Amino acid sequence: MNKKILAALGCGIAAAAMMGMTAMAEDGELIRVGYAQVGHESDWRTANTQNYQDTFTEENGFELSLIDCDNDNAAQLEAVRNFITQEMDYIIIAPIQSAGWDTVLQEAMDAGIPVIIADREIESDASMYDAWVGTDPTKEGETAGNWLAEYLDGADANILVIEGSVGASAAIGRTNGFNAVAETHDNWTILDSQSGDFTQDGGQEVMESFIKSYEGQFNVVVCQNDNEAYGAMDAMDAAGITYGVDGDVILISFDTTHDGLQYVLDGKIHCNVECNPIQAETVMGVINAMEAGEEYEAVTYVEEGAFVAPGIESEFATTMTQEILDGRPY
Amino acid sequence: MSSWKKLTQKRLFLPIFSMILVMLINVVYDIACGNMPFNFFVITIRNEVLYGRLIDILNRGSEIAILAIGMTLVVSSSGGTDISVGSVMSLYAGVCCMLLAGFGNANVSEYHTPLLVGIGAGLLVTLVCGLFNGFLVAYMNIQPMVATLILWSAGRAIGLLLCNSQIVYVRVESFQVLGSYVGFMPTPIIVAAVCVAVAALVLRFTALGTYIQSVGINKRASRIAGFNSAKIILLCYAICGLCAGLAGMVATSRIYSADTNNIGLNMELDAILSVALGGNSLGGGRFNLAGSIIGAYTIQAITTTLYSLGVSSAQAPVFKAIVVILIVVIQSEPVKAYFKRRNAKKIAAKGATQA
Repeated sequence: MNKKILAALGCGIAAAAMMGMTAMAEDGELIRVGYAQVGHESDWRTANTQNYQDTFTEENGFELSLIDCDNDNAAQLEAVRNFITQEMDYIIIAPIQSAGWDTVLQEAMDAGIPVIIADREIESDASMYDAWVGTDPTKEGETAGNWLAEYLDGADANILVIEGSVGASAAIGRTNGFNAVAETHDNWTILDSQSGDFTQDGGQEVMESFIKSYEGQFNVVVCQNDNEAYGAMDAMDAAGITYGVDGDVILISFDTTHDGLQYVLDGKIHCNVECNPIQAETVMGVINAMEAGEEYEAVTYVEEGAFVAPGIESEFATTMTQEILDGRPY
Repeated sequence: MSSWKKLTQKRLFLPIFSMILVMLINVVYDIACGNMPFNFFVITIRNEVLYGRLIDILNRGSEIAILAIGMTLVVSSSGGTDISVGSVMSLYAGVCCMLLAGFGNANVSEYHTPLLVGIGAGLLVTLVCGLFNGFLVAYMNIQPMVATLILWSAGRAIGLLLCNSQIVYVRVESFQVLGSYVGFMPTPIIVAAVCVAVAALVLRFTALGTYIQSVGINKRASRIAGFNSAKIILLCYAICGLCAGLAGMVATSRIYSADTNNIGLNMELDAILSVALGGNSLGGGRFNLAGSIIGAYTIQAITTTLYSLGVSSAQAPVFKAIVVILIVVIQSEPVKAYFKRRNAKKIAAKGATQA
């Protein structure tokens, strides 16, 4: 008997709570946004999550529901489907995998919910989603090339490139962007270009081999992320090759992680090109434009800079200081 | 002539022949480029440490060689493969670095717990992983690939959890020693050499090798003959787990961090391949440890060769596949039989002309 009463009470409370919740959503007129985040695999990703939480606040008129998908593709599809059943006003996806999105995007479209793809690219047709916001790896590559041209000031460059994972969009873009600049300089030679798989171990192994093949012939090493740069530095240390502002080899890296920028500050890495996780403001701009029925850009790239070691001045990059390092969110 | 023939009939002839063949590609390349013909084989001391392509092969091949020891025993005793070793390497990294850095810290410059505790705990966990695999295979009679599939997927995931899904850096000099240099010698080479020596001595001076082969050839007959087959299989898997831990130890110290997403990734396939390249049957039974070790360094020699030839990363896997196919075909029974027949014919023809 008691149990029945309890159960009835429980149901009643649950129902009341649900009614209360719907009422709140209607009264507050908050825009309900669902963000299916990749996971929390790096400082970069954590900064990205924090940025969304700080931007899509109630003060700004949003109710954010952020799902950490822990790098699990199936969990992410599930999260997006849940957003659709919950009738979110907008859905933001930072896709873990680039393929296999057509069905769920169609479901969102049928439900009339606008979808914004953030940070990474997907293979689905652009008509399947409403907007894309993210970084531009080709531009990052160009920035690295432009800085190098400025720094060399006409001197010869014999370049070794440690690429990212074969087929990754960041690796392809950074290679294309850098090569486009390299082609415009007749005295630049790319001696070799090998994949270090975006890992420190890969960067070290490739650099060890480069040193043996091109001993004394190279003066520039380009690593397509910071981890590879750490490995390349270890390999050069072991072989007694000096790098950085006081050394023989010019070292360029990408990603501007905290450790990576520390090396810039120490003068070990010459130039570190940013891959910016601070994207939420741009996404919010797009959503606000959609909400107001205004024109909006279907593809938006976030602002990205570069940082150079103390003692170097550049029009393409900011000179690194301790204050900049301390002030960075990641 | 007859001494050459004796040589070719040695069991290790073909694995060694294959490795030399791989390295000869470099001699051809160097001559074609107008370099010194034996550039690839030159070993010098530079910046007070050993320096050269051969050193790179020995150094970078250490992890595969250590894994190959355990894999050879597992293949021989159970006629199956342990596909969890790469994942277990990553688990070692997770356990060790989590303890050394303290949970939740991603970048430390001093130990949270003593170094030996971290390494010990890591190796202990990998030993337990091996025992777990062995228990499933030996006592539950689960097929080895299915049994080890569990840790193949779970090991890396647990490692990630322990590291809070981040790359945990332990930037302390003494932690890096196992992955860098002792004096002029790369430490990974020493670790691999010690592992191989211990395994070889144990197999040479105890009857364990014979037991393992006997169980691998016929588990039931061995049991009737008085061996505890299950216990021997369990032991082999435990050793394999420990080897994965030792390989993980080297890989982790190399990059002084637990990059759990990448450490040991796909390494199980290299370990299995090295057993096969060493002329061992993956069906179990007779085994040849030296062959597996040579196989392991052959794999690394291929990788290093592709780097030195400057083959682009996108095409490298294709070249690797072609070389591997060639080596495996050279060692296959039909090809061996063909050469034997041809030799026999030659001798017969010679005999005929002499008569």
